[in-house]
Amino acid sequence: MADLAHEMDLGHPEHESTGIDNRKLGMWAFLSSEFLFFGALISNYLLYSNRAGFTGVYPSEIYDIPFTSVSSFVLLMSSLTMVLAHNALSRGDQGGTRTWLFATAALGAVFLGGQVFEFTEFITLYDMKLTTNPAASAFYLLTGFHGTHVAIGVIMLLSLWGISRRQGELSEKHGMNLELVGLYWHFVDIIWIVIFTVVYLLSVPPA
Amino acid sequence: MTATAERPTTTIFRRPSSTTGLWSWLTTVDHKRIGIMYGYAAFSFFLIGGIEALLLRIQLSQANAEFLTAGAYNALFTMHGTTMIFLFVMPASAAFMNYLLPLLIGARDVAFPRLNALSWWIFVFGAIFLYSTFFFGTSLAPVGVDGIGGIDGNLAAGGGPGTFNFLADSPDGGWFGYQPNAGPLYSAGTAMDYWALGLQIVGLASLVSSVNFVVTVLNMRAKGMRLLRMPVFAWMTTVTSFLLLFSLPIIAVALFMVTFDRQFGSLFFAATNGGDPILWQHLFWLFGHPEVYILILPAMGIVSEILPTFSRKPLFGYSAVVFAGAAIAFLGFGVWAHHMFSSGITPVAQAAFGLATMTIAIPTGIKIFNWLGTMWMGRIRLTTAMLFAIGFVAMFTIGGLSGVTHAVVPSDWQQTDTYYIVAHFHYVIFGGAIFGLFGGMYYWFPKLTGRLMNEKLGKTHFWLMLLGFNLTFAPMHWLGLQGMVRRTWKYAPETGLEPWNVAVTIGAFIIALSILVFIYNWFTSRRRGQESGLDPWDARTVEWMVPNPTPEYNFAVPPVVGSLDHFWHLKYDQDAEGRAVRKPDGDEIVARIEYEQLNPAEPIHLPNPSYFPVLVALGLPIMFYGIIYHETLWGKALIAVGAIITLGSLIGWGMEPLEEPHHVEHEDHDQVGEASFDG
Repeated sequence: MADLAHEMDLGHPEHESTGIDNRKLGMWAFLSSEFLFFGALISNYLLYSNRAGFTGVYPSEIYDIPFTSVSSFVLLMSSLTMVLAHNALSRGDQGGTRTWLFATAALGAVFLGGQVFEFTEFITLYDMKLTTNPAASAFYLLTGFHGTHVAIGVIMLLSLWGISRRQGELSEKHGMNLELVGLYWHFVDIIWIVIFTVVYLLSVPPA
Repeated sequence: MTATAERPTTTIFRRPSSTTGLWSWLTTVDHKRIGIMYGYAAFSFFLIGGIEALLLRIQLSQANAEFLTAGAYNALFTMHGTTMIFLFVMPASAAFMNYLLPLLIGARDVAFPRLNALSWWIFVFGAIFLYSTFFFGTSLAPVGVDGIGGIDGNLAAGGGPGTFNFLADSPDGGWFGYQPNAGPLYSAGTAMDYWALGLQIVGLASLVSSVNFVVTVLNMRAKGMRLLRMPVFAWMTTVTSFLLLFSLPIIAVALFMVTFDRQFGSLFFAATNGGDPILWQHLFWLFGHPEVYILILPAMGIVSEILPTFSRKPLFGYSAVVFAGAAIAFLGFGVWAHHMFSSGITPVAQAAFGLATMTIAIPTGIKIFNWLGTMWMGRIRLTTAMLFAIGFVAMFTIGGLSGVTHAVVPSDWQQTDTYYIVAHFHYVIFGGAIFGLFGGMYYWFPKLTGRLMNEKLGKTHFWLMLLGFNLTFAPMHWLGLQGMVRRTWKYAPETGLEPWNVAVTIGAFIIALSILVFIYNWFTSRRRGQESGLDPWDARTVEWMVPNPTPEYNFAVPPVVGSLDHFWHLKYDQDAEGRAVRKPDGDEIVARIEYEQLNPAEPIHLPNPSYFPVLVALGLPIMFYGIIYHETLWGKALIAVGAIITLGSLIGWGMEPLEEPHHVEHEDHDQVGEASFDG
């Protein structure tokens, strides 16, 4: 091989080019796409949220800010437990990893429960359904897709937890999987921070 | 080339091990086989889309013709556009990317071989799902709204005896699916659901492969293959992948909104309830304009490989061509509203988007001048591939210039919804992308088969296609300026439009004839073509350092890349005036490379085939059928069955290692082949 390349300026060979694991780079690429996905959903909501003249209730009229603040806090804390799980694994503390993985999944599930409760209240108390008006449609589509992302995250966390329980530890391969799920989980949290701020806290009542 | 002879086992199924026959194709994770499958599928859809176009042209060859009803005409132009864009040009580009990207950067496969198989299967199932609307879809439009003047083939067989009407139940809202026309009120039935959900599946396939290609380019390059030493086609693959990453999620949201409107009663685009149909146009074109560059950039990459090879000169201004490609992609996100100048957006927005659109001409112009500079003073060999590349530059330039006329807002108002627009985008997509793709097929045919395509037939194909293409699309410019309206199945005799329409239809059939020549050439050359050897074109880039047809392991010896056009520099020196002079031992160097690449020094371990990509993909269309019929019990059952297939297969996937453990004979694996496959 060397004789093929004699005379050539080899420069700085960029072998295994970036030094970042393929799977991690792939996850970053995927998440970059996900930002646009939620960007479109949020823009869509902002377009309709306070447009005048719709029939029925607007989402911004019935937000329960204290309640949503609590469930947002729960979701943010799940990012902390995710970091603790990652940290425990890097220290080789398999038991701690398992505990924090479960805690993260549980906090995610509590958040989802809060969303189910919120949707139920909106529908039963205020009669705001997907079909009520475009603002309600946009609200349910946005928060619904976010909730779906959280649910997928919870399933992935519980899978890792289950593997760790069955095998007694997370192997090197699953250690990378934990990092990937962690990236995804933090992404879902960051998106919620944007949604909570823009959709809930800064909501403008209809003109 | 996998090491173990006995059938490896996994926890759920026994792992597939066949290397020939149907099962080997269903379970393959080899990027080359996946590329070949993409290619044949895309070409099949090219033929279907072409037949649809011919039917449209028969209808338009006479004033007041009765060949098609309005409904069938709507269905045909909708499916023609959808097919050519999503089921032909995109997957045909994906075929080139799959087959060539690892070869161009000196890798043994893409970063995630199983994900690559998954993209392919999602694509093909999505395409079948979309076309199954012909068999299962229904389309019921209220009288007087969907058709013109109340005449609508969707309702009842309009027209007289001999009327062509069996397409009445397929999607008919245009490839752009404008709302609220494509919404629940004006397109009742299920045809537009098949359209929206079919595109959703096909889009997912592109998203998965774009993640794969981005990681492949960033992480899988051979030693010394710096980013700015990559062949331009590898660069354009990268740029296209980023475009896909950032534009597909937008159309995904928009298509979800349509599906929710149609299936679950949300009100996003229902103008009667305060919904905003213009929002659809914004979302669609925010995807749709980058999509145009997704179609053209891979072809630009192909042409940038062909022109230097057959001009026997380096690509003029390599880095300018690369950065111009990236600039086109970047600007492509800022010009979408030029598709909407007549939709009532404000004058400020019109001026801004008009100006932004004109700036696209700058990087495009850079590319065109660099291609001309590449040919200038070159020792040009007019092979078929080169003819198609030159044809690309010429035809694309015409299409680009008519594109600039759309950037002038008042001029665009006159052109909107006329055949002038149809002429423009066929010059860039057919005259551009498709000419480039055909050039690529002639150029890289030896990589698939070890043989050359017949040049005489190839040149016949080229000249027929160039003639037919211009006869078809050039007259559309003046038809449009005379006021002939798009998407309308009839025109009156007194408009005087008939003579040019006859010419256009004749041109369309000449294109069809040229395609028949190509198909004949392809299949005869595959068996009886002249053998190509390693380096039939005296090529420049490292994919030609691999024997033809490409061995399963690609590179027995991964290249160590010393420069741009690495292969060329191995064969050629410069004389005092900077001219390329073949090294005295050039032929020996080529022969030695061929010998080394054909005789791996040690066993090369490749990813094992897998059942799971095809199974994961299979669940998706089943679920999506269920969504269309979710109100029925069996619809719900389909959703459950599809979800179980997909999720169950994902679990199996997660438990299956990419490579089965093999009898280790050599501990000192080559890092490039070994360490880097993950998914």
